[in-house]
Amino acid sequence: MQNNPPIISLKNVHKYFGDFHALRNINLDVEEGQKIVVCGPSGSGKSTMIRCVNGLEQHDEGTIMVNGHTMSSDEKIGNLIRQEVGMVFQSFNLFPHMKVLDNLTMAQRMVRQKTKAEARDTGMKLLERVGIAAQADKFPSQLSGGQQQRVAIARALCMNPKVMLFDEPTSALDPEMISEVLDVMTELARDGMTMICVTHEMGFARSVADRIVFMDQGEIVETGEPETFFANPAHARTRAFLDQIISH
Amino acid sequence: MTFESSLILESLPRLMDGLWVTLRLFVLALTCGTVLAVGMVLLRISSRKYLSWPVMAYIYVFRGTPILVQLFVIYYGLPQLEFIRTGPLWPFFREPFFCAWFALTLNIGAYTTEIFRGGILGVNKGLLEASKALGMTYAQTFRKVTAPIAFKLCLPAYSNEMISVLKATALASTVTIFDVTGVARKIVAETFAPYEIFLSAAIIYLILAWIIQNGVRLLERRISRYAN
Repeated sequence: MQNNPPIISLKNVHKYFGDFHALRNINLDVEEGQKIVVCGPSGSGKSTMIRCVNGLEQHDEGTIMVNGHTMSSDEKIGNLIRQEVGMVFQSFNLFPHMKVLDNLTMAQRMVRQKTKAEARDTGMKLLERVGIAAQADKFPSQLSGGQQQRVAIARALCMNPKVMLFDEPTSALDPEMISEVLDVMTELARDGMTMICVTHEMGFARSVADRIVFMDQGEIVETGEPETFFANPAHARTRAFLDQIISH
Repeated sequence: MTFESSLILESLPRLMDGLWVTLRLFVLALTCGTVLAVGMVLLRISSRKYLSWPVMAYIYVFRGTPILVQLFVIYYGLPQLEFIRTGPLWPFFREPFFCAWFALTLNIGAYTTEIFRGGILGVNKGLLEASKALGMTYAQTFRKVTAPIAFKLCLPAYSNEMISVLKATALASTVTIFDVTGVARKIVAETFAPYEIFLSAAIIYLILAWIIQNGVRLLERRISRYAN
């Protein structure tokens, strides 16, 4: 395992929004099959970091390698990377003018050149996997938040990605819908998907993550396995953060 | 003053001839102007200045001047130029109907470009990111996500523009075209009954506007099976 090159590798990555230094010297390697949970206070650069991994944001310095490709501002290379990297957003971002199943088949047909029948077949299988095959012919607005997010996960999985990025996938959900989404994510993790999840769900982090990355003010403060991370955080900033979210 | 309803009945056949001209002008200008706007908006939203700047100038000129003045420039002004009169386009520019169509089309093109741009800017950025994250190219995303959603966002403003254009076709009567307004003016000149005749013309425009409004409303209802 340790001889395999990492599927995602960030080296000395910096990112600025104007004068704001959003990412400071980020170094992170993710090997195939690893599950990484990224946590930290808001504005700490978690989302920015994973958005740099699939090129939704351009990093300013350093190197980002994904699946053997070096991320650049070249749209072709960015697209090549994005085809192998699935992403799930906080606000679902389902296409409102398409039925659920069409949300799943569009990119398969446009990007993977699959036939309509193949794409629908894959789409239905994944809808079954996330437990909403019955809603295939509805529009996204007719679904609950939890269902919409599960569709969004299925949509990303349709592309058969090597890596899945989750950007606070449960933050916009009503409390009673969080677990149905986390269940799908946990199952995905068990099936061996490589995942980077930005989330505040510490229960999920504890049970699923191979490593937890704590970020604050644009830098990675601390990285550790869940056991040590929760029981024995090395950094005062980590302790303060954990105190805050676990005290509720 | 007496109101002679028989006059209205008598003039109805001629007004219907005018209606045919109005409708032809309206449909031709609207169709061509809208097609023009589709092309223009693609240039307008380009980040390349040499593509977007000429479109901005075009929009500025046509939004910033009265259609009547534009029509007069095209119909009375252009023939003053030697190369227009001797050029290959003269058979077109000597025709008042062509000039009216040309002025309206350029006008609709300018306004509708801005309407379309507003719709495109109104599309939720998250959807574009989601499409991009799936590996779709910019062009694919534009076709499958941006355009259909923008179209829906544009409809109310676009139906407004349709009604403006319908009314603007009346300006064609100033360059010898016998549209509804042109015919009405002619009948009034013959009968000296402006009240009855212009009222009839107004009612014809009202009916057309009603059809447009409700047509667009039906279309809106059809495509808002989903909430935005």
